[in-house]
Amino acid sequence: MALRWCLRGLALGRAIGSSSSRLQLQQSTNNALFSARSLPQALQWWRSRADAPLPPSSPLPLIHLPPPDESKHRGSAEGDPLTFSAFSSSIDEVEVAKFAAIADTWWDSEGPFKPLHSMNPTRLSFIRSALCRHFGRDPNCAKPLEGLKIVDVGCGGGILSEPLARMGAVVTGIDAVEKNIKIANLHAELDPVTSSIEYRCATAEKMAEEEQTFDAVISLEVIEHVSDPAGFCKSLGDLAVPDGAIVISTINRTIRSYAVTIVAAEYILGWLPKGTHQWSSFVTPEELVLIMQRASISVQEMAGFVYNPLTGEWSLSDDTSVNYVACGIKRNP
Amino acid sequence: MKSKIEKKLLSQHQLNAVAAGCLSRNYGRTFCSVVEGGESSSCPKAEDKTDQGEKFERTSKAEPYDIAIVGGGMVGMAFACALSRNPMTKHLTVAIIDNNPALGFKTSFKRSEIPDPRVSTVTPATISFFRDIGAWEYVLQQRHAYFDKMQVIFPFIGLGLHWVGYTRYNARDVGKECLGCVVENKVLHYSLLSSFQSGAELQWALYPARLSSMTVPSPRSVSSRIMSQLEDSPSGRFVKLDLSDGNTLHARLVVGADGSKSNVREMAALKSTQRSYSQSAIICTVEHAVENDCAWQRFLPSGPIALLPVGDRFSNVVWSMRPEEASAHKSMDGDDLAKAINRAMDDGHGPQPGSGVLGGYVERISSFTSWWGPSSSAAEPFRAPPRVTAVASERMVFPLSLMHAHDYVTRRVALVGDAAHTVHPLAGQGVNMGFGDASALAKVIAEGVSVGTDLGELTLLKRYEKERKAGNATMMAILDGFQKAFAVDAGPLNLLRAAAFHGAQYIPPLKRNIISYASGDQKWPLFS
Repeated sequence: MALRWCLRGLALGRAIGSSSSRLQLQQSTNNALFSARSLPQALQWWRSRADAPLPPSSPLPLIHLPPPDESKHRGSAEGDPLTFSAFSSSIDEVEVAKFAAIADTWWDSEGPFKPLHSMNPTRLSFIRSALCRHFGRDPNCAKPLEGLKIVDVGCGGGILSEPLARMGAVVTGIDAVEKNIKIANLHAELDPVTSSIEYRCATAEKMAEEEQTFDAVISLEVIEHVSDPAGFCKSLGDLAVPDGAIVISTINRTIRSYAVTIVAAEYILGWLPKGTHQWSSFVTPEELVLIMQRASISVQEMAGFVYNPLTGEWSLSDDTSVNYVACGIKRNP
Repeated sequence: MKSKIEKKLLSQHQLNAVAAGCLSRNYGRTFCSVVEGGESSSCPKAEDKTDQGEKFERTSKAEPYDIAIVGGGMVGMAFACALSRNPMTKHLTVAIIDNNPALGFKTSFKRSEIPDPRVSTVTPATISFFRDIGAWEYVLQQRHAYFDKMQVIFPFIGLGLHWVGYTRYNARDVGKECLGCVVENKVLHYSLLSSFQSGAELQWALYPARLSSMTVPSPRSVSSRIMSQLEDSPSGRFVKLDLSDGNTLHARLVVGADGSKSNVREMAALKSTQRSYSQSAIICTVEHAVENDCAWQRFLPSGPIALLPVGDRFSNVVWSMRPEEASAHKSMDGDDLAKAINRAMDDGHGPQPGSGVLGGYVERISSFTSWWGPSSSAAEPFRAPPRVTAVASERMVFPLSLMHAHDYVTRRVALVGDAAHTVHPLAGQGVNMGFGDASALAKVIAEGVSVGTDLGELTLLKRYEKERKAGNATMMAILDGFQKAFAVDAGPLNLLRAAAFHGAQYIPPLKRNIISYASGDQKWPLFS
């Protein structure tokens, strides 16, 4: 217990100290695994043993670190997710079992994913207005995204994919965790409207390698769980057709976001399982814009999500100090 | 587009040619299959349509309806119209379950010589809702009566005093042209049906049957639902409705608009608090010698009596009294009943106000309060209601009760109108609250569709409940308070009560508040 707090303090200190140089670190693709991330990774391993559940759709392999393979991975630590293999089979079972328990509650709107469910309509209204504006659709109809091919990267249980399908889009959902895909598939099949969603257990890199392209690439609340945000963003860009839309949402790295998403949400209110987020991996809007620009994405819109604790409702605003979302267009490189 | 309309008209003729039965189910189906091009599996194959006499069979894997409206009365049809007019919701698939033959869409409406005694007073808020859904133009073509004046009379007899307190409201107090409009229920219903038929791009089907049972999916977790191998049939996820004619359908959301004895409320296990007033209301249409343009209400010790203008020198009487008195009045001779009504409205309860000690006092106070702002109705003197010359229609008696559902919604079920709340008719608010519910639910569903939400999701439905329940409960509490206040017949209390309510006559801001609250323009009674 004490050791966990010490490690946490260390991680935080390191994060504060190295936040400015974070970008340069991320650029060294080969060393992504063995750079400043290695300590937090060890922390993750520790947490996994100490019963802290994983973040919802972490593409980060917890225990087994595959060797950096330039051609295969493009610098991201997202290895083949099936090699979620552990040091020993017992830990693997523990992980899978923990995931099974959490995956079950993906669709329980009062369960561990409650904040995601309550934030969902606000995220969707931003995506809707951004995509309608970008593709010139009439926002005043029930299926404004008719015929658009959209990929939901890090779809989890399909919380975002299903409403997008109801809005008329042709949705592909990908996630690095097999269990999430299973749950998403089974839930989507319960309703004829959403049964057309294709779920795949894959990473953005793998899809990009297969040269799949989509009209819109959406990745919400994922980039803060990735070890190489720049590489991840590049893969997202590769997945989009030229002049396609890319929507990324994440959490800002400010003192306020630490207070809200880690102290309040994880420890005081218990909305999220402890250890879901790491403040050091949050991305500021400036960093995100830079990352996206390097991936040939020009950012067009940005908005913040704010939560009103009195009414219990989320709304869009200009305040990007905690949760925020950015929408960009893929430029021809 | 044109061929769609042609096909729709053609099937409408088919409908009129054959009695409302299985064909009425095919009517919506025909339209549905024309529009969708057979993509949806809920549309029948060609051979089903031709077998008009045969019972319509549905496959078990049929696509569920988006919304099933149980009860095609005024509130149910208002909700359906609101859905069909909103661009977000006009492409939803809707099933209407009601075995009322009027919903078979007869082409003509018989205008009766004598107004039907079942009337409703629609408030300005409801009138604007009807305008939005395109139904008010149909109401204007039938008999309707706007009124811009209202007089509420509180007689007090006792302690050696005879005094009549009154409050006179005028629409000019709030700068409006009317306080409301009195319309027969069947006119309202027909207008809603006409508007629905003419505007609907909605894919709808009518089921002329009653709901015999309903299965709402239990809130089990996804994995256990999957494990129980129910994924083959949609019933694991949607509401399964069994109808009295043997049909079964599935829906994502069931809206219970089936009245105070709602089956939907019972089957969804939604608790409610019910209290019956020991009163029944007797209603009838009466005739006058002159045109009546004011709504009158008088609070008697036994219960309030209201005289509402209906148009063409007719008025509607709603008289609440003890059940045994009500049945006695129902079987009375026409002349005797007319005399009784006149006596109740005007005579035998003391002289006109302005006479007597108290009257003089009150007038002196009014001169002080006139600085609060001009209020034409404060200066208006008491007027006597018009005398009834004859009772023109049959009399109907209804027991009165107060009912409020604890929750308006549960997973995949929502209640609107009388299914969620019933009130005393003393302020004419009941159906207006129902129309407000229909409008709010349609708005919430449109918001849900705009972000692709599953229609039956509880979080979405709770937003509707949050918007309506508190306001409805407040209105009901006030009306119940009124009813209780006038139910007690004790000397000092009577005087206090009459003086208090009469005081409102001389307080223009209070009057303005009361008018706009009762008109539906204001959500909360005070501090709005």
